[in-house]
Amino acid sequence: MGMRLFEIILLICLMVCAVSVGFTKDLLTSIIIFMSYSLIMCVIWILLQSPDLAITEAAVGAGVTSILFFVTLKKIRAIRREGQNEQEKG
Amino acid sequence: MSRRRDNYENSRWRKFERWLDGEIDPLSAKGIETVVPDSSSAQNQAGTGLSGGAVQDLAQAYLQNLEAKAERPDSDFNGYMETEPRESGQMAIQLKEDGQTEPELWKVEETDQKRQKEREERGIRIYRRFYQIMSVLLCMGIILVLLWTIAYLPIFGNAGNPDNNEVSARYIEQGLKETGAVNIVTGMILDYRAFDTFGESCVLFIASCCVLVLLRTDHHSQEETDSSLSDRMYEPKNDMILQKCACVLVPVILVFGIYMILNGHLSPGGGFSGGAVLGSGLILYLNAFGFAKTERFFNAKVYRRVTVSALTFYCLAKSYSFFTGANHLESGIPLGTPGAIISSGLILPLNICVGLVVACTMYAFYTLFRKGGI
Repeated sequence: MGMRLFEIILLICLMVCAVSVGFTKDLLTSIIIFMSYSLIMCVIWILLQSPDLAITEAAVGAGVTSILFFVTLKKIRAIRREGQNEQEKG
Repeated sequence: MSRRRDNYENSRWRKFERWLDGEIDPLSAKGIETVVPDSSSAQNQAGTGLSGGAVQDLAQAYLQNLEAKAERPDSDFNGYMETEPRESGQMAIQLKEDGQTEPELWKVEETDQKRQKEREERGIRIYRRFYQIMSVLLCMGIILVLLWTIAYLPIFGNAGNPDNNEVSARYIEQGLKETGAVNIVTGMILDYRAFDTFGESCVLFIASCCVLVLLRTDHHSQEETDSSLSDRMYEPKNDMILQKCACVLVPVILVFGIYMILNGHLSPGGGFSGGAVLGSGLILYLNAFGFAKTERFFNAKVYRRVTVSALTFYCLAKSYSFFTGANHLESGIPLGTPGAIISSGLILPLNICVGLVVACTMYAFYTLFRKGGI
């Protein structure tokens, strides 16, 4: 029963994350929500007894993909405070 | 980003500001209000008792004042206002505040501007509402079609489903005996379906080549571009917290990645996930210590050699099934005892190949995004 409740809570969190990624206006926030989506998905894969997929999801979904998103945001100068600091330094 | 600005133009706050702008007369500039003294009850009484014709005169004098202000702003104008026409301007303002008899001249101008603005706003508002309604309708239609299709799918977990055929049963029953891999998943993707995995690693290699073509900056353009545009000028940041954390974490992450690659046929993991972990460990090291340190052991030449040799080995080991019509051939290598690290034939070297290709690809993606070169 406890496991069942845990699964239901995870699935609800998954849905909330998936919807709020689209509705967030700040791109940085939406990427962080996307990371949390991947982490919840990783736990769900473990509960579904497929640890291979869970490891891949954690490494690729939460790790590398989000890092690439962050770098892209920095390239297109969507992270503002960082860019201002750099301009002050240079 | 652009959407936020659009919303801002039509947001409640912006509308409120516009309403404020329309409400406050554009003619009553700030300079006049500062000049007007606070206590002027006597003039106020005098102003309220004026007739219509006098009001018209006052308004025209006021307008002249404003034109004078537009020509000579600031202190000059203030001095000008201190003298003769100041009283008329004050009276006009007070009249407006009282709201008894507004001059016709102002009313006409205001209403014209307001009407035009309202017309434009109404058009935009109607268009936006139409757009929203149509998008919601389109989404509902697509959702309906998808749900309708789902109703025709076979029932979940039914024994007679088409995916529940003899292939999966054979994998589960004979997998350990035929491939020698304790982890059935690895046995499947690197023995039964090794050719598919070869295609996947080639796809990764091609993807990194495409990113290279798109994002690479050659030496000539690097000199021409502004130095502030490239992120590389700010490397390394020498962040103390990040460096200390990386000192602890990077060796653990790298060892865990290597363990997952080498132990792929015995425990969960394998070439792809182990390679991704290795790549993210390298990225963390790069973030902490900068490009100068990673370029010592990983540059474009190393990347090229590692990926091409790994893919070539994989190709030589498994592409014969392309000629045998995707039939499995006996490799001749003894499978060994299940559970030992050196067992299950070609799976271990293939795992290493896939892991190297994936790790190099992840790292190459990051460096290409960051500085436009490996």
